[in-house]
Amino acid sequence: MELFQNLSTGFGVAFTFTNLLYCLVGCILGTLIGVLPGIGPVATIAMLLPATYALPPVSALIMLAGIYYGAQYGGSTTAILVNLPGESSSVVTVIDGHQMARQGRGGPALAAAGLGSFFAGCVGTLILAAFAPPLTELAFKFGPAEYFSLMVLGLIGAVVLASGSLLKAVAMIVLGLLLGIVGTDVNSGVARFSFDIPELTDGIGFVVIAMGVFGYGEIIGNLSQPDDEREVFTHKVKGLWPTKDDFKRMTPAVLRGTALGSALGILPGGGALLAAFAAYALEKKIKMRPGEVPFGKGNIRGVASPESANNAGAQTSFIPLLTLGIPPNAVMALMVGAMTIHNIQPGPQVMTSNPELFWGLIASMWIGNAMLIILNLPLIGMWIKLLTVPYKFLFPAIVLFCAIGVYSTNNNTFDVWMVAIFGFVGYLFLKLRTEPAPLLLGFILGPMMEENLRRALLLSRGAWSVFVTRPLSAGLLVAAALLLGIVLLPAVKSKREEAFVED
Amino acid sequence: MKIKSQKDFFSGLMFTVVGVAFAWGATNYSVGTGARMGPGYFPLVLGILMAVIGLGIMFSGLTVETTDGEKIGKWAWKQVVLILGANLMFGILLGGLPSIGLPAMGMIIAIYALVIIASLAGHEFKLPSVLILATVLAVGSYVAFIWALKLQIQVWPTFIG
Repeated sequence: MELFQNLSTGFGVAFTFTNLLYCLVGCILGTLIGVLPGIGPVATIAMLLPATYALPPVSALIMLAGIYYGAQYGGSTTAILVNLPGESSSVVTVIDGHQMARQGRGGPALAAAGLGSFFAGCVGTLILAAFAPPLTELAFKFGPAEYFSLMVLGLIGAVVLASGSLLKAVAMIVLGLLLGIVGTDVNSGVARFSFDIPELTDGIGFVVIAMGVFGYGEIIGNLSQPDDEREVFTHKVKGLWPTKDDFKRMTPAVLRGTALGSALGILPGGGALLAAFAAYALEKKIKMRPGEVPFGKGNIRGVASPESANNAGAQTSFIPLLTLGIPPNAVMALMVGAMTIHNIQPGPQVMTSNPELFWGLIASMWIGNAMLIILNLPLIGMWIKLLTVPYKFLFPAIVLFCAIGVYSTNNNTFDVWMVAIFGFVGYLFLKLRTEPAPLLLGFILGPMMEENLRRALLLSRGAWSVFVTRPLSAGLLVAAALLLGIVLLPAVKSKREEAFVED
Repeated sequence: MKIKSQKDFFSGLMFTVVGVAFAWGATNYSVGTGARMGPGYFPLVLGILMAVIGLGIMFSGLTVETTDGEKIGKWAWKQVVLILGANLMFGILLGGLPSIGLPAMGMIIAIYALVIIASLAGHEFKLPSVLILATVLAVGSYVAFIWALKLQIQVWPTFIG
């Protein structure tokens, strides 16, 4: 069995002291930012990118990956105990999870979320290990035309699955693509849109954009709202273990959530957030057993299923990144950045040229999930204490970490000025209610898309038909068109709007 | 003509203006043809595309009915200025401003300045607790960034170190 051989290589890499340590650091940080509302994995990974320069690439990626899936665990704690989503993917967990906490059943709710996440994480990792090699095979058949079409599909997917207005999301992607091509054009050597500023000829740093828009923009937005009363149910967490009845109800929900989450994570534009929404919607459709609490009143299925789904989705969203080099969401876009920093070109060749990195990362995810279940269930008390830290102490610290992170990227104050501009832009987006995640995705894909378009058209001597005459490319474009067509159907449109409304 | 959704109308306007700016800027570079794309080709196409989408969003902001007019609402200028100002002050103190002859003051002083300025943006401001927070963060940053991660950041002012 090649799979087991590969996995044993991976575990060999992951089970070294250094890598175990960075995995643990990543998981702790992930849980931390998951628990703390107001800071997400995108900003955290952006902040820590500069710090990983000095690390070996495997350790760096193991730690950054840990932050992403760790945040999915931590997010549920805040959702259940404080009635606030610690992480955007825990928005639906708030609905039933907090009701359970009010009824004194916070412990079982936390356990359902934790155990569900652990199971989903293990399955997600296995799927990643099993599906990556065949997909990589397929990826080697891709030419520039196919890559271009795949990116179109990925970007359309990101739009369709994002919340809010479709048109605005498309416009944000285009804006991201445009910002991505600022800097020196690799083919002609012309510095584009650099306004004769030497620092801009290298392009805008994605750390700057991520930090400005997601870090500062959010903080300003949060501070401009009136102080909301936080209700922390800390004293009521006593028994963690769910009852026999709870287990009976949550087990099928965990299985459904895992399956749905794994599938949605692979899709371009998918990931943890979408998985959680879809899983909750599915649970609501499934018939109630006699004696079950209705949804919205503290049903354990409403916690177990979305929490499993977001973790499975977080895990499988690594598949498109590791096999095709195409990031399906904003966090994965940052992972592309992390790989580029370490001179690893993301794409199908990673598996053959850096097998230790590839399998080591996958193996570390399983270890990380095992660490997380320990961090999040027996040690839950520690995180609960953290929740009592008021926001007035939290936000100056976040501002500081952003500032240090930005400065240390290039040891250059120019980036500090740039991040101030993008911080304002982020607040502007918030005010105009435009979702910023597609922008980051477009920003990462911009240069790749231009390069593949250029190559494809060069090979076809300028004939655009190349995108539809090559079967693989045509298939991808048809899929993109279908996706777009489906969301524009009036019936689906209203459903989609409904699905993203939190009630 | 009445704007039915301010948020849509003005975001559309923003996209249109930025799109036109990019497309106009792209004409300064050689555009080329499909087979031989110049550096201006891709940005020109995208700029036009974005301007058109922006017009579409503006149009929907004028026509689609909303219940409350989707007002943009008040701008939180105080928070914008203080948070971004804290960040700028941090950069100035950390790296110095050679153009006006200000020497680099180093990380510790920059942290105190950032925490104090940023905290002013909060709902309440009590100097003692802010100073304690700044001290905790300064010590923590020293341990984490200088001692553990060994980042190349100047810690103390130039004239002391």
